[in-house]
Amino acid sequence: MDELMLDGNAAGGVLGEVFAVEMTTATMMCGGCGAAGPVGALHLFRGAGIVLRCPQCDNALVKITEGGGRMWFDFGGMQTLEIAM
Amino acid sequence: MPPIISRGFGGRRRGDAPPGRVPPGQYVTRDYPVLSAGPTPHTPLDRWDFSITGEVAEPRRWTWEEFRELPAEDVTVDIHCVTKWTKLDTMWRGVSVDTLLAGIGTTAGYVIQFSDGGYTTNLPLADVRDGKAWVVFDYDGGPLPPQHGGPARMLVPHLYFWKSAKWVRGLRLRTVDEPGFWEVNGYHNYGDPWREQRYWGD
Amino acid sequence: MEGTTVLGRLTWQAATVARLATETPRVTTIAFEVPGWPGHQAGQHLDVRLTAEDGYQAERSYSIASAPDGTRIELTVVRIDDGEVSPYLTGDLRPGDQIELRGPVGGYFVWEPDDGGPLLLVGGGSGVAPLMAMVRLRAAADSAVDTRLLVSSRSWEEIIYRDELERLAGDGLTVVHTLTASAPPGWAGYARRVDAEMLAQVGPGPAERPRVYVCGPTPFVEAVAEALVGLGHQPQAIKTERFGPTGS
Repeated sequence: MDELMLDGNAAGGVLGEVFAVEMTTATMMCGGCGAAGPVGALHLFRGAGIVLRCPQCDNALVKITEGGGRMWFDFGGMQTLEIAM
Repeated sequence: MPPIISRGFGGRRRGDAPPGRVPPGQYVTRDYPVLSAGPTPHTPLDRWDFSITGEVAEPRRWTWEEFRELPAEDVTVDIHCVTKWTKLDTMWRGVSVDTLLAGIGTTAGYVIQFSDGGYTTNLPLADVRDGKAWVVFDYDGGPLPPQHGGPARMLVPHLYFWKSAKWVRGLRLRTVDEPGFWEVNGYHNYGDPWREQRYWGD
Repeated sequence: MEGTTVLGRLTWQAATVARLATETPRVTTIAFEVPGWPGHQAGQHLDVRLTAEDGYQAERSYSIASAPDGTRIELTVVRIDDGEVSPYLTGDLRPGDQIELRGPVGGYFVWEPDDGGPLLLVGGGSGVAPLMAMVRLRAAADSAVDTRLLVSSRSWEEIIYRDELERLAGDGLTVVHTLTASAPPGWAGYARRVDAEMLAQVGPGPAERPRVYVCGPTPFVEAVAEALVGLGHQPQAIKTERFGPTGS
């Protein structure tokens, strides 16, 4: 158990600044172990940026950095993103 | 649209900013905020080691006991986090990277710090030599707590603090640069707080 | 049924303090007027941003405690004594002051009356705030969904929304308190941290397939979620909102 950890739900505000769809109910599949689940249930850590990790294997699915009028996203750890339309 | 100023909000935990000590855009804190890109690792000391690998004539490795037998020194420095807090006069104890690299044969120009949990950060090799960097194991007079990077972390105070890896397990020397965990995601490849090099292109 | 709502991108917007109300000695509810507030769902949160005159900024997230009510929203804030933001929000803000907020956020930790039940809501300290939004919405919608609200507080005096919960109980809403630090003389209720035995007694059990929402400080949420899974509840049926180490 890590006291600092939050739920992916807490990234909803940051994601909502860029994505015009509700992202916490979107589904991500982990590129590491294949586990799939809602973004809201991912494990969120705040370092110099936000990291969303797979609840099964801790793989970093998404990194989000913000500053100087720009945002950066690294979806490299994620296999697939599913959004209900 | 500029942000709305909230009347009377100052941020109570801030400290005074002595002239010349605070890089541009930073605010002095009396706290020590805990920021982490992942869960706190808990490597037992009997499994911990520190390695120098990569472009070296001979890799080096120390167990915790061997590491703690190396000459160590007390270091007091200011630290600057890219998230805008600066903490003055932080006290550490650790082994100078010069000690770890003493006499090493290498043509490497770059070093990548690697940590438990997968974090990496990259610097020019010159930026960890000549008294600029340490592997520290004590903070503020006691053992470095896990949430602050214990049992050992890097201390490279002349750069933003994301360039000082927590839970460090070694240095990989390379002739080619290798942007690390945050450097690939918007953070500046070098990170000099005095030139406010926070993000790509700064 | 939570789907995906097309909202448009979120931006920081101005919110004006309308009213401050003391809930308990350390807890204040702040009502804001937010022109252009698009409405929200029960369980959603928003991000607050404070900017000082010298440009210093701090951001925090707070659950929306009120049921949807036009352009008015309420946040319930616990004062952390050496905190940076909560002493300002609970102590310095006055009606008419402005802050910035971004939201509403989160389609994951929400409940709507059409979702049905039964519901098991477990809140620790200020974690009861988003659950209160659900309970208030349930009342406003005249829903009779079987709802069990288990609230963990340090003491009787520190129970947030205590009187309102007493009034709302009934019509399918059961409110159960547990006190973890001190109890009033003659207290016959639970007087310990939430555990598996308590959760089994409060119910509903896994066979009834309740929708479960757990909110509060991270250690609280972890312990409760683990206990629920141990009782046989499906992990996917348990939605958690961790507030971080101190619950602030």
